[in-house]
Amino acid sequence: MEATKKGMGSQAKANLTGWAFISVACIMIVIFYFYPMIQAFILSFKSGNGMNLEFVGFDNYIRLFSDTTFKAALFNTMIYLIIQVPVMILFALFISVLLNSSTLKFKGFFRTAMFLPAVTSLVAYSIIFKYLFATDGLINKMLMKVHVLNAPIEWITDPFWAKVTIIIAITWRWTGYNMIFYLSSLQNIDNSIYEAARIDGASATRQFFGITIPLLKPIILFTSITSTIGTLQLFDEVVNITKGGPGNSTLSISQYIYNLSFKYSSDFGYAATVSYSIVIIIIILAILQFKLAGDDK
Amino acid sequence: MNKLKQISMYSFLIIASIVAIFPFIWMIISATNESKDVTKGTMLPGTHLFENIKNLFATVDIGPALWNSAKISITTTILALIIASLAGYGFEVFRTKAKDRVFSLMLASMMIPFAAIMVPLFQMFAKVSSVAPAIGVDTLAGVVLPTMTTAFLIFFFRQNAKMFPRDLLEAGRIDGLTELGLFIRVFMPTMKTTYAAAGIITFMSSWNNYLWPLIVLQSPEKRTVPMLISNLGSSYTPDYGIIMTAVVISTIPTALVFFFMQKHFVAGMTGSVK
Repeated sequence: MEATKKGMGSQAKANLTGWAFISVACIMIVIFYFYPMIQAFILSFKSGNGMNLEFVGFDNYIRLFSDTTFKAALFNTMIYLIIQVPVMILFALFISVLLNSSTLKFKGFFRTAMFLPAVTSLVAYSIIFKYLFATDGLINKMLMKVHVLNAPIEWITDPFWAKVTIIIAITWRWTGYNMIFYLSSLQNIDNSIYEAARIDGASATRQFFGITIPLLKPIILFTSITSTIGTLQLFDEVVNITKGGPGNSTLSISQYIYNLSFKYSSDFGYAATVSYSIVIIIIILAILQFKLAGDDK
Repeated sequence: MNKLKQISMYSFLIIASIVAIFPFIWMIISATNESKDVTKGTMLPGTHLFENIKNLFATVDIGPALWNSAKISITTTILALIIASLAGYGFEVFRTKAKDRVFSLMLASMMIPFAAIMVPLFQMFAKVSSVAPAIGVDTLAGVVLPTMTTAFLIFFFRQNAKMFPRDLLEAGRIDGLTELGLFIRVFMPTMKTTYAAAGIITFMSSWNNYLWPLIVLQSPEKRTVPMLISNLGSSYTPDYGIIMTAVVISTIPTALVFFFMQKHFVAGMTGSVK
């Protein structure tokens, strides 16, 4: 055919046009993601004040292992991660399954209500939570009024409760957001699969674990990875609700990196070393999550 | 049994909705009350709203902050949509093995936490400042440039482009449209819902971005809304009425964008072409 002769030329041209379409995005990502990543790696072997940095070999890494503030930040971040991400994903899954049920009324209202927290800015909601959870704040007042509490809980100023407050806050903000992803995937599942399961006598719980979860696996994996990355970068909430306190008990790694770079006498080199710890954690966790998702197929 | 199930389902959803909405209601109520009533824990709407708004604009630079945030988010959203949709379309329509490999590499950037690159990014812009101050530290470009391209958005457009009917392109080619012309005149209008959803996501995250503007913007008059609210919130003598009014005002743009485009948002997320 005529097309095959012309085909080679126009195919090469189409290929080139394709590269043109993707070029701007790729260049931007290389400049603003990959290049800084390499820079951070180089930086992590330097130390000094402000822009005057010198190579110090592995000194920063040695410092990292004896840095108690870093250990506190790492511990806090891990606590947030281990407790908050699974709780939120389970909540979001559960709510999205309820919202997807065909007999439910007021679906639109419930969906909008659940998603509402996701429209607030992280700083704005942090300020709201800071005041709501203050020792003389509304939450304590209400809990005491209904006699759940006899004395106010120090939500912000007690090391344990401060962590709880941060976890409650993040869960409030992001559950509805993740729910939307599940809901839109659920709507794509063919209802006849459930019909068949029902005829076979599978209970709702069986259907949930036997059909819903496996079919949603890719999106669950996606949201758990993005949530993990999000939690590892936690900044706005801790800065605005607890300022990292009391005594570093809520300090996150991101906040520590920010403090090292822009708050204390700035040490960009050591900050970069700390930031590489997040990268390593993310890589390990991502591999783990992929493995987990792949194994119980 | 079935009735019991229905009741427990509705009660769970109602309780969850109350928990989700309650902080909003409290925020709006607090904005209408005097600081001392907010402290008392009132749950009744007050009459102090206009007083709070007046005081807010008189004591804090909320006007300029709103203007700065608007400039940044609108610029970011427009550029982000153009760049990401071009790329998503390019990856899908002109698919080759080599491009697929590049695509996977680009996706890997999603794993890079911002905290890991903020220091080198700041250094980069500090260096740029000495050569080209217009796009360096403390400028609009400084805020927008590193945040406007995300692998997530490219991925999002590519996913949706999979559902784009290819015969429309063929028809356009026969009509003599150029490749860019096809993209602008055929792809963009067909994918309106995808653009709407992507626009909402980008506008919201840009409007709400706190950490990078905090690093790159230095002069007080360039502060964005989240920076301003954070400052208000950490003051030692807070006026709760004024602060809550500021929080309400800061939430209005994203809430409006969401409510007006909610239909498109849900449709776009499901990836359907309408």
